[in-house]
Amino acid sequence: MLDMLHISKVYRANSVETHALREFSLHVDDGDFLAVTGPSGSGKTTFLNIAGMLEDATAGKYLLDGKDVSGLSDNKRSRIRNEKIGFIFQSFNLIPDLNVFDNVDVPLRYRGFNSTERGRRIMEALELVGLASRRKHIPAQLSGGQQQRVAIARALAGSPRFLLADEPTGNLDSEMAGQVMELLEEINTEGTTVIMVTHDPDLANRARRNVHLLDGRVTDNPGFEPRAVETSPIRSAVPAGATA
Amino acid sequence: MFVYYLKLAFLSLRKNPVLTALMVGAIGIGIGVFMTTLTVYHIMSSNPIPQKSDDLHIVRLDSWNPAEPYDDDLPEEAPWQLTYTDMMVLRESDIPTRHTAMMKATFVVQPDREDAHPFQEVVRMTDGDFFEMFNVPFLYGSRWSREADEFAESVVILGRDMNEKLFGGENSVGRELQFEERVYTVVGVIDSWDPAPKYYDVNNGAFDESEQIFMPLSLIMPLEKYSSGNTNCWKDEPIDDYQGFLNSECVWFQFWAELTSVDEKERYQTFLDSYVMEQKELGRFARSPNNQLTPVMDWLQNVAQVVRNDNKALVGLSFMFLAVCLVNTIGMLLAKFHGKAPQVGLRRALGASRWAVFQQQLAEVGVIGFAGGLIGLALARLGLQGAALLYEAPQHLIYMDVPMMVTSVLIAIVASVFAGLYPAWRVCRMSPALYLKTQ
Repeated sequence: MLDMLHISKVYRANSVETHALREFSLHVDDGDFLAVTGPSGSGKTTFLNIAGMLEDATAGKYLLDGKDVSGLSDNKRSRIRNEKIGFIFQSFNLIPDLNVFDNVDVPLRYRGFNSTERGRRIMEALELVGLASRRKHIPAQLSGGQQQRVAIARALAGSPRFLLADEPTGNLDSEMAGQVMELLEEINTEGTTVIMVTHDPDLANRARRNVHLLDGRVTDNPGFEPRAVETSPIRSAVPAGATA
Repeated sequence: MFVYYLKLAFLSLRKNPVLTALMVGAIGIGIGVFMTTLTVYHIMSSNPIPQKSDDLHIVRLDSWNPAEPYDDDLPEEAPWQLTYTDMMVLRESDIPTRHTAMMKATFVVQPDREDAHPFQEVVRMTDGDFFEMFNVPFLYGSRWSREADEFAESVVILGRDMNEKLFGGENSVGRELQFEERVYTVVGVIDSWDPAPKYYDVNNGAFDESEQIFMPLSLIMPLEKYSSGNTNCWKDEPIDDYQGFLNSECVWFQFWAELTSVDEKERYQTFLDSYVMEQKELGRFARSPNNQLTPVMDWLQNVAQVVRNDNKALVGLSFMFLAVCLVNTIGMLLAKFHGKAPQVGLRRALGASRWAVFQQQLAEVGVIGFAGGLIGLALARLGLQGAALLYEAPQHLIYMDVPMMVTSVLIAIVASVFAGLYPAWRVCRMSPALYLKTQ
């Protein structure tokens, strides 16, 4: 479903050129769970931005569902982002003025659903992450783990084909990180492709595949040991008492 | 989506109340100043009798000094008023559909109540056609008869306020009133009527209030009344008594004719020209023939120049002031929208197109403009009170009507949206990826 062929990305500031990705090629199948690892500055986030169509590649070809999306108009790219891609960020990126319900509502607004459909999807997504009862809370009233679950609900509400997660547990303690990871695994089990950028080798090892980046190139990751993940029902990812 | 954008706008504006207040204030002040001058201009340049302004003509004959024009600034224009001699001749013509001569006089009114003191009041002495020509609305009774004009009958028509003052607002038709030594019978009470500009007589100010008492012009002879408005004389001639004054070359009567067709106007013009040629042979009208029939708007705009150049300049200056306020607002919007860039980046990542982001920002500046428009309305109200003092006009004539109020708010919204175009364009062009990591 996702193919990147010889992708290069060069940032130019004044006369200085920075090569973030060099001849980067990758194929991701439907239902895959891919971890992208690498040190800081290796090009992980650039890869994610190009995959999420937030940035254009300087060279190369990006195929989504077999179609070249490199030269699409802003409207078409926005539409594809809205319908096919869900984003999860390290710092959650919830809108602080909006309550949980309205935060999850944001991508659905741009989708053009009517209010009934939006309400149904929002509640389903919030129930999935165990926060339906917190729908009136604003982000500041939630813990970090809860905020990230709201962000996951927001990413899932539009039923995307794949999730792009940029260090989704980076701002969480190990317990909450574990819960969020379990949630992502469950989502993947349900059929959603997950592409996760992470520094954490333990989390990377929970993915089915691992791509290691160094200086914008894919390299071998000798430490990667893919393992079969035994998943529990999604509800089990929600700590007791979270759904007040 | 528009309602959604409005909700987001309110949330965004509430988040930074100081910046919001500054932007709303800047637009409000700009709009307030601009709408004050624009409203004054609008009132001054408005048509006070649109139904028949093309038919009503002020009649002017150039009986002025052959050595110099009546108005040095407008040497081609005849005097604004007529002599008694010319006025009396013109009153006899049956060419116009209607015509009326008039002047302003002052009387002492003696109310018919023991506890009321006499008071001085300005009276418009005119012909009965005045009321039909100028569409004067009647509350009670009607205009006086043509016989009253012919035989100088002691009749009066009161304004609504005067009727309230003298008779407590009741139907006073048939009641009597004493002015100085003579008793007058009320034949009519007119409803509120205050044309602005006061086109039928701008000699003492285009925004004077209309008179509250009207009586037949023919009474000037028995009462030996002089004008309490403008009387302009140029000729060094002996004036020993009232009759001598009537026979003089002093101009002190306004004269209006209602000419409802081109043919009527042409025939009346011919009549005026013939009359003046006759008078020339008698030694009057030494200047080149210059008999003018001027319709209302031409009269107000080009001759009386009710809208002066300084009024136009003020509108221009206030527009520039509004532009300065908008430039300041643009600066504040740039700062505000730059601060919102991370949130915009997030919305873009979640599927908002540039156009959607652009619309959202414009909705926000539209709300700012709406609020600024309301502030501007309040400030314009204060400004118009000042303008009324400046132009010595009654407060109720210098006011903002509903269309102007709506225009104010619309101008504020449009101006704000215009000011917001560049900041909104800037923010929607930002790379969304740039801010997603930094939120």
